[in-house]
Amino acid sequence: MPKCKHKSGGVLAVVAIVLGVAASAAQADDRHDRKYGGENRGKPVQPAQTNAKWRQECASCHIAYAPGLLPAESWRKVMAGLDKHFGSDATLTTQENKEITDFLVIHASNRWSAPTAPLTITGTAWFKRKHDDGEIAPAIWKNPLVKSPANCGACHPQAENGDFEEHDIRMPR
Amino acid sequence: MSRLISIPGILFAAFAGLAVQPAVAETPSQVLASVESAAKAAPGFKGFSAVRGEQFFTTTHGNDWSCTSCHTDNPAAAGKHAKTNKVIQPLAPSANPERLTDPAKVAKWFKRNCNDVLGRVCTPQEQGDVLSFLLATQK
Repeated sequence: MPKCKHKSGGVLAVVAIVLGVAASAAQADDRHDRKYGGENRGKPVQPAQTNAKWRQECASCHIAYAPGLLPAESWRKVMAGLDKHFGSDATLTTQENKEITDFLVIHASNRWSAPTAPLTITGTAWFKRKHDDGEIAPAIWKNPLVKSPANCGACHPQAENGDFEEHDIRMPR
Repeated sequence: MSRLISIPGILFAAFAGLAVQPAVAETPSQVLASVESAAKAAPGFKGFSAVRGEQFFTTTHGNDWSCTSCHTDNPAAAGKHAKTNKVIQPLAPSANPERLTDPAKVAKWFKRNCNDVLGRVCTPQEQGDVLSFLLATQK
């Protein structure tokens, strides 16, 4: 009988821990500004109205990454360094640069509270957590169809439209 | 009957034309001519050469990339960005009629890509040679 008592006590403790974890996770979900150490992507990542110049220019060499994937300060830094944009000259006219920067900054992540401004989407805490070993087998990254973690469209077919929904993910084989 | 069919056809053509029309539309030969007038300023200018342009296009110039790294050695074929894999439509107007019709776009990409491939801007002579090569390439 005492054994039995002990057992039910253990179960209760486990239930309490599970509930506690669930509750704190829910709380963290409510406080998006604290999630991922404050490095959280915006919601929505893509505004309803996009900018034609932004799409035309940014999508010449890669997909037009949605503005909500990075904080405003990151976009300012990226747009100020287009002469050496990941090893390539991607310079724009002053007017084009301003129009695109304005669009990116206005629609940047609205859930970013950290004083950080990474230069890459892959350098953000939310990206790292969502794409860590527990989520994606290392072999996937080595697939030539993926080639680079910057190639969102390899697994997110709607990335171009800012849609990264989990149920749309298709890993290449 | 033929009128009924042709009206939507004309409307479609007009609309499609509007969608691809650059700010200042020119023909590829007009684009080449304006590069030529810049090249003539250099002493000893003897015209452009598609053969020289092809050589320039397919060789490296000190950096890792040549033009072919992204555009392949056939300007009438689609290429792929060497880093991102993004498809790049053919450069030759014979394969892609939109090409070389927007002088600002031509200037923008020469500046960017010459910086990547040569680490400097291309001379009007080099630009004209490459343009001649692109124009001479048939589908």
